[in-house]
Amino acid sequence: MLRGAINRNKNEIQSHLDMVSLRDIPPGTCARLLEVGGEADFRRRLMELGFLPGTLVRLVRRVNVGDLVELEVRGCHVSLRRAEAEQLFVERQGA
Amino acid sequence: MLEAKSAPPGAPPLIAIAGNPNTGKTTLFNRLTGLDRKVGNYPGVTVDRAIGKTTLPGRGAVRVMDVPGTYSLSARSEEEQIAIQAIAGLPPNEPPDVVVMVVDATQLTRNLYLVLQVIETDVPVVVALNMVDMLEATGQAIDREALERAVRVPVVCVSGKKGTGIDELRAAIDRVLSEPALGRPGPRWIPETDMLAEDIDVVREAAPAEWRTGSERRRDALAVWALLSLTETDELRGIPGSVRAAVAARRAKAATAGRWIDAEVIEGRYGWIDRHAGDFLQVKELDTPGFTQKLDSVVLNPALGFVIFLTVMGVVFQSLFSWADPAISAVELAFAWLARISTEVLPAGIARDFVVEGLIAGVGSVLVFLPQILLLFLFIGLMEDTGYMARVAFLMDRIMRMLGLNGRAFVPMMSGFACAVPAILATRTMERRRDRFLTMMVIPLMTCSARLPIYSLLIAALIPPLDLFGFMPVQGLLMAAMYLFSTIVALLAAAVLSRTLFRAPHVPLILELPPYRFPHLPSVLRMMWLKSRVFLTEAGGVILVCTIALWLLLSFPKTPDLDVDYAGLRAEAQAAGLAESPLQARLSAIDSEESGARLRASYGGRLGRVIEPVIAPLGFDWKIGVGLIGAFAAREVFVSTMGIVYGVGDEVDEESVTLRERIKNESYADGRRVYTPLVGLSLMVFFALACQCMSTLAAVKRETNSWRWPSFLFVYMTVLAWGASFAVYQGGRLLGFE
Repeated sequence: MLRGAINRNKNEIQSHLDMVSLRDIPPGTCARLLEVGGEADFRRRLMELGFLPGTLVRLVRRVNVGDLVELEVRGCHVSLRRAEAEQLFVERQGA
Repeated sequence: MLEAKSAPPGAPPLIAIAGNPNTGKTTLFNRLTGLDRKVGNYPGVTVDRAIGKTTLPGRGAVRVMDVPGTYSLSARSEEEQIAIQAIAGLPPNEPPDVVVMVVDATQLTRNLYLVLQVIETDVPVVVALNMVDMLEATGQAIDREALERAVRVPVVCVSGKKGTGIDELRAAIDRVLSEPALGRPGPRWIPETDMLAEDIDVVREAAPAEWRTGSERRRDALAVWALLSLTETDELRGIPGSVRAAVAARRAKAATAGRWIDAEVIEGRYGWIDRHAGDFLQVKELDTPGFTQKLDSVVLNPALGFVIFLTVMGVVFQSLFSWADPAISAVELAFAWLARISTEVLPAGIARDFVVEGLIAGVGSVLVFLPQILLLFLFIGLMEDTGYMARVAFLMDRIMRMLGLNGRAFVPMMSGFACAVPAILATRTMERRRDRFLTMMVIPLMTCSARLPIYSLLIAALIPPLDLFGFMPVQGLLMAAMYLFSTIVALLAAAVLSRTLFRAPHVPLILELPPYRFPHLPSVLRMMWLKSRVFLTEAGGVILVCTIALWLLLSFPKTPDLDVDYAGLRAEAQAAGLAESPLQARLSAIDSEESGARLRASYGGRLGRVIEPVIAPLGFDWKIGVGLIGAFAAREVFVSTMGIVYGVGDEVDEESVTLRERIKNESYADGRRVYTPLVGLSLMVFFALACQCMSTLAAVKRETNSWRWPSFLFVYMTVLAWGASFAVYQGGRLLGFE
């Protein structure tokens, strides 16, 4: 039920605000976080680290060998696996 | 349920030190407490709990307790649950009188999140603002007084590394101890909606008695904690069904209304922080990337980063494998000397044998692990302190993930090639219990250095020194193959165990890459000392008892019926009128034969015969069985035990020509050779896979806090070893080898 609500919500936001997945932004870009997706537990952990809608996120680097991305939020560097980072959506630049 | 542990009457006040990981919490703890401390586990879990003492001017001694570093009080596992239990003083923990929140000033807003949570629990709080000296380099500035006005608890600037601000911190703790209200300003964030307030009310009413002690605010905080922590899949302990039911009901209700309680609470707290941050924190954008950024562009570089990684790991491995050697030899020599002196001083008899072969040998076999434990924890301490360990986890994540392991399992696994005991102690660097236990179950499969003497002996004795294709020595290839074999088996075992016994829900990786920092050497040295002490006191006892048990097994009964009259032989030799040196040689040969005969007649020798039917299908006779039993003390002991069994004396090593010859020529009653190259191979495979090491089992017992896991380890490795040796030996015979 919750998931359904979130998904509906997501589609709505996506159509209005033009979100883009972290997968699709180049390293070094700074963008405003719009939505944290994924399992509830993962989302809660990230949010407790300060990954909240409206917070600025910088994609520091992608490391292909490890399949990881490094993000900077609130001056802290956190790395996530790419599959999970794809569920984070940011505001499209210039939108 | 455990009894609530209240403070012992007249006990000095208890100060808890808490904070995010990598905030310099431990260094500050060390600054406050000095050397005197107790280290144990938190109740029911294998997470270190250190308690020390410090003196507050005008008050006297207070106790200081280290709480594990965490980003939030919310919990999903027993390990994470420690933070809330220690801070809120939930049974069986004793409630702290003051909580010192160590905050990394360079990452203030994220650190404040935990501070707000702790303030909500209504325990008196003092904030220690650490690493203020690093602010400028990160383009930030903090107004301490404004921060104090915002959070309304005392804020003290400190530097754990330089030792500044410690007196001020002591004074602030003292003030709050005298007047707790100074550190209990009430929650900074309060629920913004009636619906959330109702959720909290309902859960609070379902709470157990121990959550209802203390103030209204504390009960609310515990209710919020439950709302964010309890799920269908959490692994938390001691949560009453009433609370679970209330939380589940409220979560379901929220979901139908399109609400997510977690987000409301977390956004609420961060909302408070972000609204107030402007008052006490100034941030200016830096034009150039910081030191950490520049270093990381090299360290995390796919090519260069791996070169650095391999170099660092090479140094760690080399140090365990060879640099520890002189110290290990020194320990061994010291105990050999002690044994010799005791043998000379004490009157002959069972008491002397017990002291020399039981006690001295036992203590020696515990202390012999110290050099490697100290070295490994030196490197782990340095890697953790500098921030490199997080990069190791980062670089190794993909490979280790395929095996179902954590990136942090790499260093312990690699250390297993030197010795399993320090490697098992090193698994504590992993947070999840499942990751720790799984790693411990595969480390003993790595080819440790104690297997080398056995391989050397068997290869030299049984494998012809031929060259393959004229240039590749077969003996050397076989040695390399044994390493490869054990590594592959260990990785396979990890892959299988992680998908069966240790099957766990997939946990997304969230890995913080902390800024690089200069290590604080006193803290590293202290950790080395504490880890060693814990090993000596906890695992040491088990090892000592096992050594004594083995001594009993291999040297009793003291007066067995021997077929040969050795005293008669000696008299005969002395009467033969030999010159001095041939006589001595003859006598020592008789001694060796007698000790061999005694060992063969001992309980251990009889046990060897008892297990012979079990090991015969692997190509082993009962004398090898005695060697296997003796090798339980430590694998390399197999070599000297075989020396005794074959009556060539115990002063042999893997280079010994007499022992090699003896092994080559050993035959069954019907004239068949006992050892063929195939038997040698089968025996090596057995040693590669069997858990022939009581110290490893003692270390696993200590780290898992139960006999269940060492028993499982022993059984699964022995079964694996038996099966593989059976396949090698019987398969080899089917293929026509001897």
